[in-house]
This record gives sequence, structure tokens and C-alpha cells, in this order.
Amino acid sequence: MTETLHRAGTLPVNDADPFAPEHLETPEPLHAALRDAGPVVYLARYDVYALARYEQVHAALVNWQDFQSGAGVGLSNFRYEKPWRPPSLLLEADPPRHDAPRRVLAAILGPRALRRLRQTWFAEAEALVERVLGERELDGVPALAEAFPLRVFPDAVGLQREGRQNLLPYGNFAFNAFGPANSLVTDAAPHVPEWAAWVDAQCARDRLGPDGFGGRIWAAADRGELTHEQAPLVVRSLLTAGVDTTVHGLAAVLHAFATHPGQWQRVRDNPAAARVAFDEAVRWASPVQTFFRTATTDTLVGGTTIPEGRKILMFLAAANRDPRRWERPDTFDLGRDPSGHVGFGMGLHQCVGQHVARLEAEALLTALARRVRRLELTGEPVRQHNNTLRALRSLPLRLHPA
Amino acid sequence: MPSTASATSVASGAGIESRPASGIAAAVETVEVSAKRRRADGVVELLLSRPSGARLPDWTPGSHVDLVLPNGLTRQYSLCGDRWDAHTYRIAVLREPDGRGGSAFVHDELRPGDRVGLGGPRNHFPLVPSEAYLFIAGGIGITPLLPMIHQADLLGADWRLLYGGRRLATMAFRDELERHGERVHVAPEDTHGLLDLRAWLGEPRTGVRVYCCGPAPLLTAVERACRHWPAHTLHTERFTATEPPAPARDEPFEVELRRSGTTVTVTPDVSVLHAVRQAGVEALSSCRQGTCGTCETTVLGGLPDHRDAILADHEREAGDCMFICVSRSRTDRLVLDL
Repeated sequence: MTETLHRAGTLPVNDADPFAPEHLETPEPLHAALRDAGPVVYLARYDVYALARYEQVHAALVNWQDFQSGAGVGLSNFRYEKPWRPPSLLLEADPPRHDAPRRVLAAILGPRALRRLRQTWFAEAEALVERVLGERELDGVPALAEAFPLRVFPDAVGLQREGRQNLLPYGNFAFNAFGPANSLVTDAAPHVPEWAAWVDAQCARDRLGPDGFGGRIWAAADRGELTHEQAPLVVRSLLTAGVDTTVHGLAAVLHAFATHPGQWQRVRDNPAAARVAFDEAVRWASPVQTFFRTATTDTLVGGTTIPEGRKILMFLAAANRDPRRWERPDTFDLGRDPSGHVGFGMGLHQCVGQHVARLEAEALLTALARRVRRLELTGEPVRQHNNTLRALRSLPLRLHPA
Repeated sequence: MPSTASATSVASGAGIESRPASGIAAAVETVEVSAKRRRADGVVELLLSRPSGARLPDWTPGSHVDLVLPNGLTRQYSLCGDRWDAHTYRIAVLREPDGRGGSAFVHDELRPGDRVGLGGPRNHFPLVPSEAYLFIAGGIGITPLLPMIHQADLLGADWRLLYGGRRLATMAFRDELERHGERVHVAPEDTHGLLDLRAWLGEPRTGVRVYCCGPAPLLTAVERACRHWPAHTLHTERFTATEPPAPARDEPFEVELRRSGTTVTVTPDVSVLHAVRQAGVEALSSCRQGTCGTCETTVLGGLPDHRDAILADHEREAGDCMFICVSRSRTDRLVLDL
């Protein structure tokens, strides 16, 4: 307590719990308050330092030397606490151990490596849109935002068909586990062993098709670019971070268009705008809201020294709507250039699957733009609370055929 | 098959005439020589930093950068500093007796405070994970191995270095290697003769990666000595730098955006990305450092001047795509699929 009071002299203090249901339901007011309080805010509830302005969030993301990931990118500090599963070789690692897994995965998921999937994914998106156009009303989350990634991504990884229903709950739990052990974590805990056992089993070489992302990871291990011990953990990263994030990214862009019909017309007029539209939706909604870092040394941020070993909570979502960086930040606007948003992170941990997500979105939006004149919201969207993700459970839609 | 990476370390400088110093286009990533000092006979070390003091792009051991010298020549040098210092690059340059442009310019003309253009860093010689490494350096080929050694040491790997050169006085960074004691074997040719590779390497075995950088005869000898070692053991990097098809330019150039039916002029002070956006044409980007790959754009005509950290040499030469946040043009006109 004395420490808190002492800090209060120079450092703004906020008592809110950012992981409480009311803030997960509507995070914008807390984000604005944290941004306006200062470049660094002390969150008394969790004894962590929060960054909510674009400038500081961006600076912390790129500065891997002072803000490490290896002690975990959630609230839990791996220096003192045992992680719930073996740490990720990508997300929860620092150079030099981070180098080889990152290099291998970046090549497998890079834009040039994805060209071979483009035609198939565009055809799959056309087929999906054709199917759902037959329904008068639908829920955009299961019918589109979940259906499309689940249709194309597990195939691209080379996963077997059986058990794919484990992917979404496993990923949802992994992103909850970056937060505190609130009911979002404890309620799911009894099911985690079952989900995790299935996911871990899928990472083995004999479960993966040879030409998918998974098989290519194992082939890189055969070439010595990774060790054979690292290969299954790199596959696990794909399965953890590759599904829920894109689902909620797609849900966000559908939500944005359903509530901004004028912007949808711009994509219909110019399908090339689909790529920018997705990134603008990622900026606007920030499907990944937050990540933590740990200070490797006493680090000065905006006049405050963050002591070595302390956790820093970066509000990506708040940075993506910081009026110091963006004009009319709360507006979803295809006329703006969303480049530089931190929805995929920035620096050497920047989302290695971002090109996969963009290609999925481009395929789905292109198919929708061709066939759908208007996306009409027919009910209140329902949020799904998650300690890290900005997620939708339901998005009632009527698609008006072109 | 041993994996062989081409390019880097020291450019020959042969075959390209120097152009008069004319400064470096401002939109090109620019670094300043913050220090220059002699490290051995014929070897100078340069420290490079951004004039603004901002971070430099991240890199990994084995990476090289393209330096666009004030005389218009582009040369490639391995990074041999400390990646935990995000504000400083270190390179070392050997004076090439046959070279005409690059190394002579760095040795004789370049001074602290001078600015040079920067491309990359790129890495075609990455350090793969292993419990044991054998490093073999010939002369200035020590440069890419220095950060690898630092890293191997940090990870607690079992490693040794065999360092050959003509004479002791020509072999740079011996002082920095001294603290490693018996792990490092320094063997100048005038006192020790040719490197006895087979004896030093020992019997072929698994679980070892051999990294070698140096002149062509050394690489050939190491390849021969490793013939019976398991596949993927040997990683090499050659000195020979691929000559760019035309010197880097600092005049304005035209970019035709074919799909949009418009043409923009890119002046030296702006990026292609900026010029495209100014013309109201959509182009997504993210890192603006040529590392994330978001702004990849198909090239329909003209020769790009690649400055990114992504493309391999053969992909650069293909010239069919570019990253418009950093890359520019070698020709008067580029045609892009935008």
C-alpha cells in the first residue's frame, strides 16, 4: 500500500479491473481514461504498469531488448509462476531462442508461400457465400466468421478431420489464460486437459499432411532449421493462435460493415478495398486487445521508471483508437490509411500469421461483395467475453442479394 | 547437401566505375558513420547509427546490410556488432587490393559524420539451433561469425572457432576473442601453414553444425573436408557480392500505377508508398521498414531497387515484386500492379 501511495505522487493510479465483465463488454471508456491519465498508468488491482497511448504501446512492442516476452505475455510472470503449458517458442520467447522458430514460420506463412492457396480459398469463399445466401437470416459468427476459417485453415495446416471442434475452445482458453484466473479461466479449466491433449496429439508429424503448414514445419526440422523437439511446439502455435483470432477479425469486419452500410458500398464499387477494409476493422475492433511484457531492466517510459522484472500491460485496442495518432479514431472508415495500427502487434513478435488472416478476409469479403448488396443487422450483437480477445458470440444478419 | 548462401561480407568493387559523390536520397534509410577505427592491417571497423538516434531494424547473426556509399556504389557487409544495442550497427571492411570503388572509398574517403544509404538487413546465413558448433573463419570472414559465437556462448552451446588469415597482423577482432581461451584457435598462414581442417574437425558426427565464411579456396576445402558429414551439417557464406544491375539512383523516377491508370513522380525525399498514397491510391503497409511484408506489390515493368529485409537474392533478381515502403527504382520508370 505504501508503495502504491508513494507512486501516486508522480504516476497516475487506476483501480479498475480491465478483465471485469463490464470492461470486457464495453472497453472503450476505460481505454480512454487510461490514455488520458498519462503515458504510463499504474493498475493497482494487479500491480502492473499499463500503456494505452499509441506512442508508448508502439515503442514497447518494438523494443524487445527492454520489454521481454520470455517471462510470459500474460499477467503471469514465468520467473515466479509455472505456465499452464510449456511456453510458446514464438510468442513467449526472446532472441536468440525466438530466431529459428520465427524464421521458419515466417517463410511458411509469408505472402509468397500463400500464393498457392489463393485460388482455393477464393473458390471456398464463393461456395460458402452461395450456401448462406439461401438463408433468409443467419448468425454471421457461426455461419461466416467461424465457418470460413474452419473450412480453409485446418486443411491448410494439414490437420485430420476428426476433432477439429477442439480448436476454437482451446484457442479461446489460451487467450483467456493471458489474463487473471477469473471465472473465464476457472470455468473452462475442467475441459482444458481434453482440448490440450487433442491439440498436442495433432502436432505430431504422423498426424499432419506432408504439404500443409504443419508438414512444412517438420520438413524444416529435417533440414536442421529447427530441432525435432521444437517442431511440434511450432505447430502448436499455429493451432493456438491461428483460428480464434481470425474468427474474431472476420466477425469484426462483418460487424463493421453491417453498422456502416456506406462503407460496404465502397467495397462493392472497388473490391480491391477489401484488404484495407480488413486492416481498418482490425484497427477499429482490435480482436487482440492486450498483451503483457516484462521489463528486463529499469526502463524509463514517459517520465516513469518501470522497475526491472515488473509486468507491463499494453492496450493495443486503446492505441488503435488513440486520438493522438488517429483522426476520428472511433469511426470505421475505408477512406483512412490504417497502416501502422498495432492490432497485429509490431516488431519482431508481430503476428506471423497476419498474411494468412488477410488472405482469408480478402477471399470472404470479395465473395460477399460480389453477391451481397447489403448486410443488415437484424438484432443486437452479443459479445463473448475473453481476457484477451474482443470477440462476438452472435451477429444476427440478413444478407440482401445483389 | 551443404547449404550454401551467396553474397556478403566484402564486396569486390570490380567492374563498376565510381560516380561523383552526390549524396543519398533522403527517403532511403540513411545511417551515419558514428565511429571509424582500424582493427587490423587493411581492416577498418565502422559504427553506424541513425542521425535521429532512433532504433535500427532488428537483425539476427549472419545478417548483412546493403550500404549505398556516397559515390553511388552499393556494397554488402556482414553485421558484426551486438543486437542488444538497437541503436548501433557494426561492420568491418577489408581493403580489397583489386577493388576500385567500395572498400577503397570506405578506407580512404568515408569519415565519421558521413551518411550512407542502408538496405536490409537480410540473412541468408542464419544460425540454426544446435548443441554444438564448429566455426571456421578465413580473414575478414570472421565478421558474420562474431555474433554467432556470442549467441552460441549465450545459449551454452559447445563451440570452437578455427580462425585463419595471412598474417597475425591482418586478423581483426583477436582481442575480442581472447576471453574465450582454448575454444579459439588462431592460425595465421605465415607461421602455421594452411589450416589442417580434417584434424580440427575430427571424425564426422551428428549433432554438430559447421559454419564457415572466408575466401573461395577455404570454402572449397571445408566443403571437401565435410563431404562425409551428415546432411545439413555445413553452412557457408561466400564473399562474392552480386553486382547490382545498375547503380542506385537519387534522381526522381516515374511510377505508373497500371490498374489505377495514373502515374506518379517519386522524388528523392519520399518513399514509393508515400507517393502512391498521395495520389489517392490504396496501398496497405505496416512496419515501414521492409520487414513485415504487408506492402508487397507486383512489379509489371522497370527494375526495382530492393531495400527490404525479406527477398532472397534470386527473388530480388526476378524483379517481379517489391516492398514499396522502402524499395525504390533503378530505372527511370517502374510499372506497378496498383
